[in-house]
Amino acid sequence: MNNINFLKPDKSNLNLFLILGLSLVFISIFDVFLSSFFKINATGFLPTSISFLLPLIIGFIGLHFIRIEYSGIRRLDEINKNFNNNNFNAVLSLLIIFIIIKSIPPVLSWTVIDANISGHSKEACTGDGACWTYIKVWLRRFIYGLYPNEEQWRINLSFISLLALGSVGYFATEKFKKYLTLYYVVIYPIIAFLFIFFFISGGPVFFDFSYGIIASVVAIIIGFFVPNKFKLYYFCFVPLAVYLSLNLFILPEEYVELGKLEGLNWVETGAWGGLALTFIVSFFCLIFCFPVGMALALGRRSELPFIKYTSVVFIEFWRGVPLITVLFMSSVMFPMFLPEDFFLDKLVRVIIAISLFEAAYVAEVIRGGLQALPRGQYDAAKSLGMGYWKMHIFVILPQALKLVIPGIANTFLALVKDTPLILVVGLLEIAGMLQMAKTNPKWLGYSMEGYVFAAVVFWIICYAMSKYSYNLEEKYKTER
Amino acid sequence: MKFNIKKIAPQLLTLLFVILVFGFFSYNAQLNMENRGIDFGYGFLSQESSFDVQFSLIEYDGSHSYFRAYLVGLLNTILVSVIGIILATIIGVIVGIARLSSNYLIKNTAAFYVEFFRNIPLLLQIFFWYFAALRALPLPQDTESIMGVFYLTIKGLFIPAFIWENFNIFLYSIIAAVVSIVVIKNYAKRKQENEGKQIPVFLISIGLLLILPLLSFLIGGVSLSFEIPVLKKLAKTSYIYEGGVGIPPELIALTLALSLYTATFIAECVRAGIQGVGKGQKEAAASIGLNPNQILKLVVMPQALRIIIPPTTNQYLNLTKNSSLAAAIAYPDLVLVFAGTALMQTGKAIEIVSITMLTYLSLSLSISVLMNWYNKKIAIKEK
Repeated sequence: MNNINFLKPDKSNLNLFLILGLSLVFISIFDVFLSSFFKINATGFLPTSISFLLPLIIGFIGLHFIRIEYSGIRRLDEINKNFNNNNFNAVLSLLIIFIIIKSIPPVLSWTVIDANISGHSKEACTGDGACWTYIKVWLRRFIYGLYPNEEQWRINLSFISLLALGSVGYFATEKFKKYLTLYYVVIYPIIAFLFIFFFISGGPVFFDFSYGIIASVVAIIIGFFVPNKFKLYYFCFVPLAVYLSLNLFILPEEYVELGKLEGLNWVETGAWGGLALTFIVSFFCLIFCFPVGMALALGRRSELPFIKYTSVVFIEFWRGVPLITVLFMSSVMFPMFLPEDFFLDKLVRVIIAISLFEAAYVAEVIRGGLQALPRGQYDAAKSLGMGYWKMHIFVILPQALKLVIPGIANTFLALVKDTPLILVVGLLEIAGMLQMAKTNPKWLGYSMEGYVFAAVVFWIICYAMSKYSYNLEEKYKTER
Repeated sequence: MKFNIKKIAPQLLTLLFVILVFGFFSYNAQLNMENRGIDFGYGFLSQESSFDVQFSLIEYDGSHSYFRAYLVGLLNTILVSVIGIILATIIGVIVGIARLSSNYLIKNTAAFYVEFFRNIPLLLQIFFWYFAALRALPLPQDTESIMGVFYLTIKGLFIPAFIWENFNIFLYSIIAAVVSIVVIKNYAKRKQENEGKQIPVFLISIGLLLILPLLSFLIGGVSLSFEIPVLKKLAKTSYIYEGGVGIPPELIALTLALSLYTATFIAECVRAGIQGVGKGQKEAAASIGLNPNQILKLVVMPQALRIIIPPTTNQYLNLTKNSSLAAAIAYPDLVLVFAGTALMQTGKAIEIVSITMLTYLSLSLSISVLMNWYNKKIAIKEK
């Protein structure tokens, strides 16, 4: 036990340093813990600045004592390696631990202990903490917007059935896997549109539940069993012909009438809102921007100068302007460009605008994938005698799209995060509903709760999406 | 020349399509404007604007022209973007490096920060800072000062104003310092290449930057004084700070949200860049006897920058474009002043929206030209 050098702890006095160091670290953390949870200032007799810095100093000395290389104790070596490998890291580790301890009580008391959730009015909120009653009362508005309460089952029904239809891909057997692309790119969007148009908006305008539609759907399903040789021709002509012939020539009018759902009330798009609107807008923009982006990417890679430069100008224009000006354009400038008697709903205009905007970004992502493909793929396809379209559809695009899945997922993530912006043209999705609820005279002063709620909702959605895209990236990385 | 129908036809079709779309739109626009009695033209820019703007960098009031209002908005946008880019870069680089730290706590705190701020829409963050966080600040009369001169209140941050005398001489001295630093740097580089001797350029530069402005104070007759904000009573319960510089809460909220949000993306770029430098490079550098600082400065950073710059440019562009969200919290930027108020007053939708879009387009283009130039400068020069 001779020769104790406190400036340079070493292995020969391991136990002494260990006990001394750990107790100092413990004291420092305990001091912060006391002052943060029980508001006891154990070092209050000292001058303010010293008592403020004391835990840090004590903890730092303690960490210095236990920094013993190759001590032979596995746990200690791990701590030293991960938290305490030099003075700078020791201070930072201590600071982070202190900040975490300090921030737990206020956060906890605001969100849980002092918060209120019971009751149905502002009077129920008596504590100092958050007033979750506000969220509870306004929850329907945040999710469905101004959509009438008794009609909200229509939104639920549509979303649940669309989700169910969308998950078909997971259950498809090998035999049907090859039709999945067709299903997701063509059929699913149409079904989704029908659902949203007829159920959510409740429009009886073109609502055609006649046997013509049913027959053509049946014809499409039958089409999957037609021999490959005739499949293309079959899909091009038969369903349409069946529909037209049944509707126009054979079945009388009253059968068409029979299919109409008169019970649904028309809910104009101005009343749509909340989280439902966020989903609707992102969903449609996602569907529309993908084909447009693909066409633009191909156009930009084209050898024909006019097509190439048109695509370049188009892409660079949309990428150069902020979304907010695009929305302004769609709401104030675009109606000027349309014939006077031609009315386009605001929501439709906004969806078109966002789709074009995102298409430019999708185009750049896809172009990246196209450029990453080795030239040999093009040459091989050409040497097999394939033309431009055959080469791209069967050889180039499948590989390129596989490469850019993470990029596209990121673009879609950005799209979802951009949707709250439609607030500036008066469409009240969740951020807009928050602004509206905030100015309600009965519920003044609860904006914090609203933002925390919306932030949590968006965070969950976006985090799930980003993790999913990361998984996809990992999955396809190994395959190449 | 060979006439190839396969190449001509698609182009002609595209041309026809473009012409038809443009023709259709402009025909309708003309018709609509005739019906509503609006005439097309940019003459309104010189008319009197007759609206006030809360915060402007140049002198402006209602008697100035619409063009001046446009300039006010543009300058405010540029102000937010520049502050945001600087802050975002600083935070982003620190967090990016922290994500690669050997310290478990630091690494995970940085990762938590990135995942947290990246996945919440920017608009919500701006709203949060402006409507929730900054509204919790005290009223001007209840505010305690920070170090006696700063006042952070619900009405904004009040900081002392600089009052310069002979400011131009001070400016010249700084320019002189910068020019001489560049000269010395080139000289040092040449000397190292020819003779292998190193000159402590960094120390000399710092010295020059300190000494020349100091000389201007001592000899050049430059003097600097501060105007500290003072509390002033406006009405019975309404107070405001006078003197000094008042930074409006909108600007604070906007820069905070923009820089915290964009920094997460920059941090990821920085991390990817540093990770992208091969381990062999560091080992090779260590084996020829460079110390850790030199390795970082001479070997890792130059290579990492090549990976970092292009995606970071994109983030700068995004930040500039996202600064237009200012309109949602009534910070008088280009969109609010020009595409908002001015458009309401004049009703010239096509002209104003097109000017606004072109302005953003040219801002974006100039940033990307600048960053491309920088990127080219640091790119690998193949011999």
